[in-house]
Amino acid sequence: MPAVKDTLEQVAGLEKYEHGFVTEVEQEFAPRGLDRDTVAFISRKKDEPDWMLAWRLEAFERWSAMESPDWARVSFPPIDYQDATYYAAPKAKDGPASLDDVDPEILKTYEKLGIPLREQEVLAGVTGAPRYAVDAVFDSVSVVTTFKKELAEAGVIFCSMSEAVREHPELVRKYLGSVVPVTDNFFACLNSAVFSDGSFVYVPPGVRCPMELSTYFRINAAGSGQFERTLIIADKGSFVSYLEGCTAPMRDENQLHAAVVELVALEDAEIKYSTVQNWYPGDPETGKGGIYNFVTKRADCRGDRSRVSWTQVETGSAITWKYPSCVLRGRESVGEFYSIAITNGRQQADTGTKMIHLGEGTRSRIISKGISAGRSSNTYRGLVSAHPKARGARNFTQCDSLLIGKSCAAHTVPYIEARNGACTFEHEATTTRLSEDQLFYARQRGLSEEEAVQLLVNGFVREVLQELPMEFAVEAQKLVAISLEGSVG
Amino acid sequence: MTQMTRPDSTAAMLSLRGLHARVGDREILKGLDLQVPSGEVHAIMGPNGAGKSTLSYVLTGRPGYEVTAGSAELDGVNLLELEPDERAANGLFLSFQYPLEIPGVPALTFIRSALNAQRKARGEAEISAPDFLKRARSCAADLKMDFDMLKRPMNVGFSGGEKKRMEIFQMAMFAPRFMILDETDSGLDIDALKVVSEGVNALRAPDRGMLVITHYQRLLDHIRPDRVHVLADGRIVASGGPELALELERHGYDKYARAA
Repeated sequence: MPAVKDTLEQVAGLEKYEHGFVTEVEQEFAPRGLDRDTVAFISRKKDEPDWMLAWRLEAFERWSAMESPDWARVSFPPIDYQDATYYAAPKAKDGPASLDDVDPEILKTYEKLGIPLREQEVLAGVTGAPRYAVDAVFDSVSVVTTFKKELAEAGVIFCSMSEAVREHPELVRKYLGSVVPVTDNFFACLNSAVFSDGSFVYVPPGVRCPMELSTYFRINAAGSGQFERTLIIADKGSFVSYLEGCTAPMRDENQLHAAVVELVALEDAEIKYSTVQNWYPGDPETGKGGIYNFVTKRADCRGDRSRVSWTQVETGSAITWKYPSCVLRGRESVGEFYSIAITNGRQQADTGTKMIHLGEGTRSRIISKGISAGRSSNTYRGLVSAHPKARGARNFTQCDSLLIGKSCAAHTVPYIEARNGACTFEHEATTTRLSEDQLFYARQRGLSEEEAVQLLVNGFVREVLQELPMEFAVEAQKLVAISLEGSVG
Repeated sequence: MTQMTRPDSTAAMLSLRGLHARVGDREILKGLDLQVPSGEVHAIMGPNGAGKSTLSYVLTGRPGYEVTAGSAELDGVNLLELEPDERAANGLFLSFQYPLEIPGVPALTFIRSALNAQRKARGEAEISAPDFLKRARSCAADLKMDFDMLKRPMNVGFSGGEKKRMEIFQMAMFAPRFMILDETDSGLDIDALKVVSEGVNALRAPDRGMLVITHYQRLLDHIRPDRVHVLADGRIVASGGPELALELERHGYDKYARAA
């Protein structure tokens, strides 16, 4: 997520959630409810080929027979899947060809969020400032993707998923659902039936993607869910760094966000995937409203010596339920997971990762920092497994929890399975309370209570922040501070 | 934030009158009176449990220490109305008996954030990075500290002596108007005690004041006080010149413990 604007400046005068505004824009919706017709409607809206529709319909049939899972440490009333809208899009002709075709209200929205959609503005920035291409997804559709031309010159494909289905069917058919199978889980299956938009990235062999890629997801419409689908393929020996940011208006109802992200890294390729998730967390006092963030993210380190690292800063959502994972298939492939998950108010998070070691000499590293404040609940759930062939597999896991206040909860649920005798797994975990003594010490030196909490928390999460792209880290650091505002005293 | 006012020539810099304070249900300070004029160093001595550390926490505003009666003023400003960080910005510094560890935050980052927070509260501009580093190098050299230590997380894994040295380093960096040293000598070997004392003495100035809290006389061989007070059972029970400390060293606190 771009850090063009100083978040603190943005929120001056605003409390709690700063992205909670609604954009007034003429929108087009699918009829409320979910059946085969809804699926067909979405496919038609996107002008999809028959194979895509067939894929969706099959997913829908499978999903209809599935049950919502209940094993996570989160609680919420049953979701009525018929009482939601599965497609919401700003009215437009055939998808905007250029920025001039995009509704000015939408452009203003991104401007307010600090996301640069005008390439010349990015270019006009300070010399040497990092540049990044943006795919902006507004409810169910991608409104614009920047720097496509420059990326194309390097051979990199960066476009919306809808466009990829039409323009690059051979790649989509080959890889879509190859990491997260249609029936992987209830929410992934639902996504496969009704997914709307998301980003598609293909980096050809040996290419180092010339800039950071990012997608900015915005849920705007009421009563709708967002079901984006992202697919990133790094071909042999290539490298790409990708950032994802998300926000939503403040609404009293709960909105469902059930995304699927699939990463494929071939031989010697590397993908860095970073997320700053800041969906509306619901009212901190009553717990009313907020996003249900039920997301499936998985990477397949398919090639030998391939490498994927997930870095996430999770501060938003009423409920977060996600486990960005790595399937370490290639020999000596490497998976990394760096996470900061913050819950405050009435938020619930059950998040972690899975490192599945299939190949010989595979390595993985997990650093998870959970911070609970208010009356929230924060669970780390992780699986590290080594299959019989994964001889010499290594994992290092470190899970630290920090409690702020007296009414929050932190849980750590690690699963470790070693099915051969030649692997090394290390697990370290700590739980600490933010100490009154430390706070007083910092305040005696002149820091206000909030500055003191911010400094102590930043110290706690430092190892993970260091993994984020530089500019992103600054933004994340501020977000951490904002999320914890008013959590003490 | 309350602005500092210049002290008039007769008023003491630190002025405590009839100070009563409690922690939970226990009354610890029971009518403490103390005046420290600008430019002077006063020592507070007393038996364990007399309320020495409580006094330092009450003055700096630690939560849980409740003042039930009396007043505490620094340069005519009522300290009791201020938040702990506002007291710091007004120039009050406490060198802790047990300094805290701050994991993940390099000492220099911690000190720079705090210094800038103080400056901001006083309406001053932030200190520039080069100026800050210059000052840090010079203070570290004075205290014979390894500069690399300042890049490590604040106090994490430091020995007792290193932590105390870090306290005095911070004191030198902030250059506060009034300093409270709580048992600074504990945990220091004789060489370290000398270096630390030199650091403290370097901060003595006509427009500064200092309160040195100690159980033992030995620190006062290095930091010569202008006045010595005996604190027993929550009150100042005796005051005198530096010779009082020597007398205490010879005869102990028994007399005062009985008197109280």
